[in-house]
Amino acid sequence: MADRYVELKSVSKSYGGVPALTAVDFRCEPGRVHAILGENGAGKSTLMKLLAGVIQPDAGTISIGGQTVRFSSPREAAEQGTVCMFQELSLMPHLSVGDNIVLAAPRTRMGMIERSVYREAREALDLVGAKSIPLGARVSGLSLSERQLVEIAKAVFRKPKLLILDEATSALTSELVETVFGVLRMLKEQGVAILFISHRMHEVDAIADRISVFRNGRHIETFDVGARTTDEIVGLMIGRSLEELFPPRRAPVPDTAPVVLNVSNVSWAGQLVDVSLAARAGEIVGLGGLDAQGQQQIMHAVFGVLRGVTGRITLNGRRLNGLRPPRVKQSDIGLALVPEDRKTEGLIPSMSVAQNMRLAVLGRAPFGLLDLDGSSEARLQELIERLALSYGSLDDPIATLSGGNQQKVVLAKWLVLSPKCLLLMDPTRGIDLPTKAQIYRLLTDLAAEGMAVILQSTDYEELIHLCDRVYVFYRGSVAKELTGDHLSADALIAASMNVHLHAGGQA
Amino acid sequence: MMTWLRQNARETIAALALVILFAGYIAIHPRGFSTYVVTIWSNQGTLLGLAAIAQFFVVLVKGIDLSVGSIIALTNVMGSFLLNGSPTSIALGMVVVLTVGVACGLVNGIAVVYGGVQPIVTTLATGGIFGGIALLLRPTPGGSIDETMSDALTYAVAGIPVSAVILVIVLVVLLMLLRRTAVGLGLYAIGSSEQSAYMTGLRVNRLKLVAYGSSGFVAALAGTYVSMVTLTGDPNIAPSYTLNSIAAVVLGGVALSGGVGSPLGAVIGALILKTISSLMFFSGLPPLAQPFFEGLILATAIALGALGVFRVRSRLELYR
Repeated sequence: MADRYVELKSVSKSYGGVPALTAVDFRCEPGRVHAILGENGAGKSTLMKLLAGVIQPDAGTISIGGQTVRFSSPREAAEQGTVCMFQELSLMPHLSVGDNIVLAAPRTRMGMIERSVYREAREALDLVGAKSIPLGARVSGLSLSERQLVEIAKAVFRKPKLLILDEATSALTSELVETVFGVLRMLKEQGVAILFISHRMHEVDAIADRISVFRNGRHIETFDVGARTTDEIVGLMIGRSLEELFPPRRAPVPDTAPVVLNVSNVSWAGQLVDVSLAARAGEIVGLGGLDAQGQQQIMHAVFGVLRGVTGRITLNGRRLNGLRPPRVKQSDIGLALVPEDRKTEGLIPSMSVAQNMRLAVLGRAPFGLLDLDGSSEARLQELIERLALSYGSLDDPIATLSGGNQQKVVLAKWLVLSPKCLLLMDPTRGIDLPTKAQIYRLLTDLAAEGMAVILQSTDYEELIHLCDRVYVFYRGSVAKELTGDHLSADALIAASMNVHLHAGGQA
Repeated sequence: MMTWLRQNARETIAALALVILFAGYIAIHPRGFSTYVVTIWSNQGTLLGLAAIAQFFVVLVKGIDLSVGSIIALTNVMGSFLLNGSPTSIALGMVVVLTVGVACGLVNGIAVVYGGVQPIVTTLATGGIFGGIALLLRPTPGGSIDETMSDALTYAVAGIPVSAVILVIVLVVLLMLLRRTAVGLGLYAIGSSEQSAYMTGLRVNRLKLVAYGSSGFVAALAGTYVSMVTLTGDPNIAPSYTLNSIAAVVLGGVALSGGVGSPLGAVIGALILKTISSLMFFSGLPPLAQPFFEGLILATAIALGALGVFRVRSRLELYR
């Protein structure tokens, strides 16, 4: 087992002449968690895809335990023990959780799948902390974080020898991340080699033994965890020293600032219970809590996605109840929502960058005609510069952009409408540090210009450093409102689990 | 039981609609509930039911098959040449007919999988070819089919139509294969998300060929059964089977977007269609008005299936 190391020797890969990996030497060993760090476009995903058999190298060799291998499909890689859990989820939405897991490695007797395999699938789910997800549930009905857990369970179920996790925990709350890490440590003990990609530094610190930094398709450096400070690592990743990730704290918004969004006593379908919150002009208001405690639903309720919402929602004094997205985005109301899943809700993958950016503004033009005076085109151009969007051509398909740049396009498409209130659902999920920093600065600037910003986030750091106020959700209602000095990681975690009301807490 | 009903709401609603329509049909039929009436109904239903199952396999993997009717017509015509004589030659004829069906399905599958051609375009073209061959083989309906075999397969035993038994056996076998084998689940998987299935390590191309091949096989069963019921080979039956098979899978809750539905649903859809047209025949309505009412009942049945939309609390669900 000890000799089952994975080694890449001067591996190169390019897409249409653009190099993605250049002469990479890399090695990872059994029984260790090896973190791969780098900006978007540094070549991490390409590395993973090579190892998982999705793509093949143009030059160089990949070997496992000294034996050169060449995988022509994920199936061949999996047969050799390499299992990859990609950021783009690999679950079949219409199938049950059990079928999804079992299909990864079905064991059959006389052609029929053995029932005992489903028991093992159950055990894998329990192991990763997904006890509450029934085997028979359809994947399409699960939340993003539940899907990630299923995905992890599916990978564990296949008993990999090399396990690759690409942003595997991006939608998970800290408690679940801890459970998953427990499983990873156990696999490590069993001699599994684990490659771990994450943008969350503290997660890398918590789980990894070694760190490799990639930049511009090259392997820059590999070192043991603790050998370098976070600042040094970030410096290696971007090739220069990064100023503070978060912009300097703003002066508190005065109580005299007008309230823009006012939500009072809103309930919906048992998932929202008597929620009241408010956001003033110039404020960044955070929504935190464990996963699926109602933070997402309140955003949908405000944006007019939900039916049968009771209570009162107003924006600048105008009642929003009963109005739907095409109405609330009009300039007299001025609401915008950056959705949770940019691939399915934020963007139309088959359309170009430019088309995606113009989508939101279309409904505003009279009779749906394209905007003739070019004022929004000018604004778009301005936004592209402000967001420092990097792209080949605006006519390229949106899928050619990196995740961070895709998110910038989602932001641009809404900001071109000059909203008065901006709702953001986990906008920095799976995005590299420099892009995060840019988005943070943008949000701060927007607030300074008088916009009311509502930021739902799974990242505690974000809530603490960026927000004036944070509403912590628990079981569909606001468990606590944290401001000023009370806004700390400990307080957030405590409030998320509602430990003040229920001794012992519920995770 | 309740959760099963909820998870298969579309099949359940379709089954309810079928029961109501069937009751109506029996009520207005001059001979009422009798072995004779039920056998005729069952035979007709089995024909379309098999066609619908053939369509189901292709729709399951996100395709649509415009050649189902043509494969039925071709195998029916071939049956009119081969399904007579000694038991050995009939058995041999069966093998040939079924092989031709599978081959037709595989031709479609290969064009779709390896040629990268859209299923609707592929099957439009191949449908013309298959139907054309049938027409060349037998320009006018005719031929001979072993009557003993026909009688055995189209009458009733102890009040139960043989066709119903055949249909139930086919359904049970298919449901087992689809739900309990890796290949069956794999078909649902690639229909649900081809990319995810590939990343999971499934043999996507091979599975798609299995779907198209199975479709051809079941279409050949349908063609054979047409021979048994009509005792002739008729090259002109293709269009009605193709269109009705698509209508049947939709009625039976099979999603045209792939990955959802079952052969049971497809068969229920087919039986609904058959019952509606029989109902029309005995309704006493003027023949010219019948298509209008037939369409109206069909529309109502589809609307019933879509009622779930009103229970959706988050509008986002409507666009998933």
